[in-house]
Amino acid sequence: MQLSADLAAVVLTVKLAGLTTVLLLFIGTPIAWWLARTRSRLKSVIGAIVTLPLVLPPAVLGFYLLVLLGPQGPIGELTQSLGLGLLPFTFPGLVVASVIYSMPFVVQPLHQSFVAMGNQPLEAAATLRASPLDAFFTVALPLARPGFITAAVLGFAHTVGEFGVVLMIGGNIPGKTQVLSMAIYNHVEAMEYSDAHWLAGGMLCFSFLVLLLLYNRGWNRLQ
Amino acid sequence: MSISASFELAYPGFVLDVNLDLPGRGVTALFGPSGCGKTTVLRCMAGLTRPTRGRLVVNGEIWQDDDSFLPTHRRHLGYVFQDAGLFSHLSVRRNLEYGRSRVPASVHRVAFERTVDLLDIGHLLERMPAGLSGGERQRVAIAQALLTSPRLLLMDEPLASLDIPRKQEILPYLGRLRDELEIPVLYVSHSPDEVARLADHIVVMEGGRAVAQGPLAETLIRLDLPIHLGEDAGAVFDATVAERDAEWHLARVVFDGGELWVRDGGAALGQRVRVRVLARDVSVACSRHDDVSIMNLLPATVLAHHGEDHPALVLVQLRIGNTVLLARLTRRSAQRLDLATGRQVWIQIKAVALIG
Repeated sequence: MQLSADLAAVVLTVKLAGLTTVLLLFIGTPIAWWLARTRSRLKSVIGAIVTLPLVLPPAVLGFYLLVLLGPQGPIGELTQSLGLGLLPFTFPGLVVASVIYSMPFVVQPLHQSFVAMGNQPLEAAATLRASPLDAFFTVALPLARPGFITAAVLGFAHTVGEFGVVLMIGGNIPGKTQVLSMAIYNHVEAMEYSDAHWLAGGMLCFSFLVLLLLYNRGWNRLQ
Repeated sequence: MSISASFELAYPGFVLDVNLDLPGRGVTALFGPSGCGKTTVLRCMAGLTRPTRGRLVVNGEIWQDDDSFLPTHRRHLGYVFQDAGLFSHLSVRRNLEYGRSRVPASVHRVAFERTVDLLDIGHLLERMPAGLSGGERQRVAIAQALLTSPRLLLMDEPLASLDIPRKQEILPYLGRLRDELEIPVLYVSHSPDEVARLADHIVVMEGGRAVAQGPLAETLIRLDLPIHLGEDAGAVFDATVAERDAEWHLARVVFDGGELWVRDGGAALGQRVRVRVLARDVSVACSRHDDVSIMNLLPATVLAHHGEDHPALVLVQLRIGNTVLLARLTRRSAQRLDLATGRQVWIQIKAVALIG
């Protein structure tokens, strides 16, 4: 019983992190590209907003999301009028919150790799008859590959580790919104330390392996 | 067949204001010191930099005027960047095909095999750009630009990032391009050597303006060029190989006005060669002296002279038939020999270079 609940939490976490990462790569790429290329004065405003989740306490972010998505919030009213119901305490609600929460971890590495490649490859592509869109897909994206790998790994890992936002927006519904970190919390509350050890130890190994992978890549590239 | 361009542009501390009328064939050098705006002109031509006001007509096709601006990827041009803009994620072959595949087959005028042969890069096709030497990379970049069958080839100091041996390695290829392909080339350079060797036409730039433009031979011998070339001042003209002396390893070349003996560099009989005579290698005598080591003694007429940067020196224009040479002399010698316009003299040429 206990084991299957833990397993459900692990599966749910992987599903949430995977879906969030995929969505973030699609949403984050145009944002990072725009931030890297624009000369608009809005750049610093958008850049700050995207980075906000990095410094904001997750509880604050979760609180505002709860208010916005809740029955009286503007987005909550919109989702209700569209027949989608309310997002808080559902899996889609968790996905929305995770996308916002993990946004900087995906946008930053992409932004950095777009800035690092500079104008030159795109100008070269233009002189070789590639339209801007063509050059984006055939030159910019392939050249930014290391940035995409870093972004995906960081986005996934960071979503796996979230707690505060999930607590506020997802609650703790087993099989529905109960993710790994919530399961660990529950075990500790119930004094089930050995169960907590299994999950916490697994997270520790996972996080270490992720960072090892990233540093190893960076090290290889330096050589 | 001509290219007419005018661009106006202002950055803080720099104003570009040029009007150019260039021939639609051959190599035109954009020559001038660093920071004079050569590269900016090239970037405006390519549409990579958008001037405040601009007009560009290439062989009858309007690329830019007050109402229209053709984006870079719609301009039929090739661009060779200073440090080769190869795509690091593609092999040499796929780099070459990148531009070529984006041009309709009906427009292809430059054959793949021929270009690869011309630049001698056949053995590099499967390599990645990171594994190439600077000279190899630059040759691939030139081929990449050529394979789009451009109507105008823009080259931004393609040799600047290379050391002297690599430059010597690429220069012959550029010479072959000029002779074998009928694509007008605009070549940015601050090296008088490269210009003398490659260009047919020259635009001299200084401080964001084109201060002189015209055919190379005529422009180089102008005394009123605002840029003093100093040690590099000299005349460039064409000649034909008329005789090869096997015993002394010398060749006799004939130009419009006389003949010169030069070291036999292997040019075939009847071949057209370009000759460069530096002003510092020409001395002047009032009578013929045969008791000197110098082989090339020619009668000439003084046309004009003009002061040099250093107050001790003058640059003298001398006419031999229809060819004009420059001599750099001290002002004192010029006065002692009374080198007034129209004076008949003998010139002694210490060194002659056959270039391309």
